[in-house]
Amino acid sequence: MDIIRKLLGHLGEYKKPALIAPLCTLVAVGMEVLIPYVMAMLIDQGISKLDMGKVWLFGGIMLACAVIALVIDSASAVFGSRASTGLASNLRDALFEKVQTYSFSNIDKFSTAGLVTRMTTDVTNVQNAFNMSLIIATRAPISLVASLVMSVIISPQLSGIFLVAMVVLSVALIVIMLKAMPLFGQVFQRYDALNSSVQENVTAIRVVKAFVREDHEQQKFTNAANEVHDLFVKAEGLIAWNNPVMGIAIYGCIIALSWFGTHSILAGDITTGQLTSLLGYVFNVLISLMMLTMIFVMVSMSAASGKRIVEVLDEEPDIVSPENALMEVPDGSIDFDAVDFSYRSGEGEETLTGIDLHIGSGETIGILGGTGSGKSTLVSLISRLYDVDAGAVRVGGNDVRSYDTEVLRDSVAVVLQQNTLFSGSILDNLRWGKADATLEECKAACAAACADEFIDRMPDGYDTQIEQGGTNVSGGQRQRLCIARALLKRPRVLILDDSTSAVDTATDASIQRAFAEQIPDTTKIVISQRVSSFGSCDRILVLDAGRVAAFASEHELLATCDIYRDVYETQNKAGAEADFDSLEGIAYDPISQRFDPAFEDELPFEVDPAVVAELARKAGE
Amino acid sequence: MSSMSEKKQDQGNTLKSVGAIFSFMFKRYKGLFVLVIVGILLSSWAMVQSTLFTRKLIDEYIVPMVAQAQSGANPDFGPLAAAITRLALVAVVGVSSMFMYNRLMVTISQGTLRDLRVEVFGHMESLPIKYFDTHAHGDIMSIYTNDIDTLRQLISQTIPNFINSCTTIVMVFISMVALSIPLTGVTLVMVAVMLLASGRIGAAAGKHFGDQQQTLGAVNGFIEETISGEKVVKVFCHEERSIDDFHKINHALRDSATRANTLAGILMPVVFAIGEISYVLCAIVGSYLAVSSGIISLGTLVSFLSLNQSFTEPITRISQQLSAITQAGAGASRVLALLAEESEKDEGYVELVNVREEGDQIAESDQRTGHWAWKHPHKDAGTVTYMPLMGELVMDGVDFGYVPEKQILHDIRLFALPGQKIAFVGATGAGKTTITNLINRFYDIDDGKIRYDGINITKIRKPELRRSLGMVLQDPHLFTGTVMENIRYGRLDATDEECIEAAKLVSAHDFIKRLPDGYDTEITGDGGNLSAGQRQLLTIARAAVADPPALILDEATSSIDTRTEQLVQAGMDALMRGRTTFVIAHRLSTVRDSDCIMVMEQGRIIERGTHDELLAAHGKYYELYTGNQIEAE
Repeated sequence: MDIIRKLLGHLGEYKKPALIAPLCTLVAVGMEVLIPYVMAMLIDQGISKLDMGKVWLFGGIMLACAVIALVIDSASAVFGSRASTGLASNLRDALFEKVQTYSFSNIDKFSTAGLVTRMTTDVTNVQNAFNMSLIIATRAPISLVASLVMSVIISPQLSGIFLVAMVVLSVALIVIMLKAMPLFGQVFQRYDALNSSVQENVTAIRVVKAFVREDHEQQKFTNAANEVHDLFVKAEGLIAWNNPVMGIAIYGCIIALSWFGTHSILAGDITTGQLTSLLGYVFNVLISLMMLTMIFVMVSMSAASGKRIVEVLDEEPDIVSPENALMEVPDGSIDFDAVDFSYRSGEGEETLTGIDLHIGSGETIGILGGTGSGKSTLVSLISRLYDVDAGAVRVGGNDVRSYDTEVLRDSVAVVLQQNTLFSGSILDNLRWGKADATLEECKAACAAACADEFIDRMPDGYDTQIEQGGTNVSGGQRQRLCIARALLKRPRVLILDDSTSAVDTATDASIQRAFAEQIPDTTKIVISQRVSSFGSCDRILVLDAGRVAAFASEHELLATCDIYRDVYETQNKAGAEADFDSLEGIAYDPISQRFDPAFEDELPFEVDPAVVAELARKAGE
Repeated sequence: MSSMSEKKQDQGNTLKSVGAIFSFMFKRYKGLFVLVIVGILLSSWAMVQSTLFTRKLIDEYIVPMVAQAQSGANPDFGPLAAAITRLALVAVVGVSSMFMYNRLMVTISQGTLRDLRVEVFGHMESLPIKYFDTHAHGDIMSIYTNDIDTLRQLISQTIPNFINSCTTIVMVFISMVALSIPLTGVTLVMVAVMLLASGRIGAAAGKHFGDQQQTLGAVNGFIEETISGEKVVKVFCHEERSIDDFHKINHALRDSATRANTLAGILMPVVFAIGEISYVLCAIVGSYLAVSSGIISLGTLVSFLSLNQSFTEPITRISQQLSAITQAGAGASRVLALLAEESEKDEGYVELVNVREEGDQIAESDQRTGHWAWKHPHKDAGTVTYMPLMGELVMDGVDFGYVPEKQILHDIRLFALPGQKIAFVGATGAGKTTITNLINRFYDIDDGKIRYDGINITKIRKPELRRSLGMVLQDPHLFTGTVMENIRYGRLDATDEECIEAAKLVSAHDFIKRLPDGYDTEITGDGGNLSAGQRQLLTIARAAVADPPALILDEATSSIDTRTEQLVQAGMDALMRGRTTFVIAHRLSTVRDSDCIMVMEQGRIIERGTHDELLAAHGKYYELYTGNQIEAE
């Protein structure tokens, strides 16, 4: 009930149609229920008495009822759909706005896919259930009650038959539903499992074929399909009782009415016409009852969707700007004071433990560490994407929690590991960094990020459209665009979280050079798996299992830090950097003097023309 | 005009597809389906009988009994009791046949769906890799998740409802004609009006639903994109602008959804009200006939009015079912399209068998002996020869293209002695992966020959060929199940000990032991609970337990941290020892240890030799090798 109240709270400007729709239904049902009653009068006063005047009169009344019902019922559909689509639209707005206030940990809690489903499928489910409820959920009970009232008016004794039939039917339907619902729950679980096994086979078909496991997979699938089948048969076998039970109720009513009705007529309690209207009401009553159970099932199915929506709306964003927030970040110094952090604060393993760091404004810092050592976590604390469990993170000398989050994040630019471009032109994407950036500013940022050369080669240059998910640029191109986008912010602190992994080493180095020349005062933090990316770093932080293993210059680290020395030596052995996928020259066609575009699409990164020229020169020697 | 005829053709295809699914069902459940039809006929018959009973009740019992009562006699309830008993018997027949066909339909529809699923899946497994490479995985999945689901609706509800509606219409129509021809005329006119109105509204609603679907797609796309990139949105404080953009398209969706749903919502009340009007008109016309000429009795009129209601109801139901059939038809045709795809052909006849040595002869064995041989039957001579499996592989003048217009590989020649390690290097797209796809016949070559131990691989039965070639792919795919089951995937009859042994061999044992449930740890969602390196180690262990004489390895390029990478490397090295190996190399140590390195460029082998030879040759390999070194400084 709480869920329904909360969802309906978002009706907003659609309250009016949401109220009018059932009111219209009320009137329309009234008209429809009147028809059999008037019919009885037509039979008794018109046909039986051979009075044609009465026939016209009552016939006219019935026709009027039908036409009024048509108009009003249509109106109720108009208002009902306006209200339900309006509710859906408001819910989507509310959800979207709410998610925009979320912190990273709020998002992590629901997962991206979870949030998308809630905003799409779940909202649609609620919309349909609400529309149904507005129209049928009012129609069915109203029609039920009205028919009952009319039949009581005609004959209190005979309407007892309806009551008995209703009780029998509803008990039977409820029992069937209660037994079937959990079975359906199980069915859909198995069904999901079945589909995920198909998914597995589709993505891993090479493995299946390479190991000649087609028969094995077929056997597995057949077993799963049999399980789904057996459960489905069980559940639907129960549902198969619905129609016969309904049939029993209808036949029972007809038989009982025929017998007792005839008695009543002979006793003079009712007329023949009234008996025919009672027979007419049998269908009204029982079908309304059937519809009610259907609504019940539908609403309880969409209740899950409603619950999932309310969860998102009820979630409190756990990072908000404080009152009297600081509105300026004075410089790019960063301090970690005894910081502890875990993703599920309080529970679970700590991701970072006892971090103490002091970085001066304008320093260039490298961070190295294995998977899960906490590199990305550490930098996301700087722009307050997560809050620390203990200790404090300070930027420009002030605790990050004292800044307005927007001010802080504008000053601390992060190029995330999972870098995303959005559909729109390249220029649109760059202007995420600075909304009013001129073309010249954008070009300068791209030049620093070594993105200018490939943009210039694109047919539409800076107006080239990026497709959804950035699928039409290569990994290396995407990384460089993301760096340019961050540079446009002119941040105090620039963080690159493994953002040049798909860029070749030469380009990587020239990006770093550009940083040193163009933004000397900005504090730069570079996370990388390659020691070659740390060439221009003043100091390098080595993280191991969430703790600082070492923090010193490369020179000192080589002397004192085993982890760093290991990595350095493995990577700096002769040719260790020779990633044979980066042999760009190979996709280069010396005859046409250009890259085969078919191959270029597949390259994991964009090819640096300088390298090409060098290769071409060498090839010519 | 052309779009009209296209539409017609579409409808024709839809019906054909639905028909094909129907005959798939009918073939399996002919007997039961006949019973279902009998059940439907009986239950509609009972329904019509109960409606007609009203006429009997009024004309033959109530009116005479009222007359009896008025003439002072005691009315005789005997005949009425008998008639009601007969009605009760009809009701019993009706209800039990109704239950029978509903229950049988569950058996039929679920059985059909299971058979269909199994058939579709089995056929999918038999399709060549090309099918999976040329169809979006999402589209293939949607056949299972959407299309077969709509068929569930079609088979379990639409088809029986349709038959039921049709028989009801026929029976009611016959009864109506028998009762009164003029009233039947009135009813038919109103049905025509109803069909016209619902057709018009339905068509308009359909158009708007198309619009709604489009805007819904746009909204879903925007949500998907923004939420997936939500962290970027936060980092750039872009929330306000995203909300503004969202409002715009969300409101467009609301407007188109309102238009579509309004029309669809009106449809029901309109149809319903026209039904009511039809009822009222029949009542008026019937009363007029009864009063003015008396050609219709009161009982007939009342019965006819019930029939009128029973007539319009199945007609509206059929119109709803028609749209369900159209939807299901689209799904059915996609299912049929998959079933119509050609399976992988296998014309090979050379088998791989276990053998044991008996003196200097080799004899076939049922047991796993660790020794393998090619069993080569010679049709002409009627003899069988056994050749020991060595792992020698020769490619001679191989040309290949995925599509005829674009040749990818040109004149590939290479020679691998048993136990040798051949490395391929070159940029993505140079054709390295393509070569490995040819060796195990994921694709067939256009020209040239590939020989395995001297046998043309097209003569070897595909399953046997693939069983003799282990494969470790770049993307480590795992299956739902325990770690142990995933390792055992390599050889289904491997014991636990053998699996653990394989894991130890490729240095996966240590991390598996540290998992919460060790070898019994459940792997879910393609190994999402493991790191990339750990997944890679499991796939190597899986290949190790298969213990194949030859191997195809695609080294991972994904950035795994240095320590895990060393483990993976060690695992790969252990696996390669003593086996003929084709490796798509990304790491220097792999390349250096190879017996021969093939440098590939644009589908050709441009240089070959050992690491030292290639360096000494000062060719492309040298350039690139040293060139990178310079960059690294």
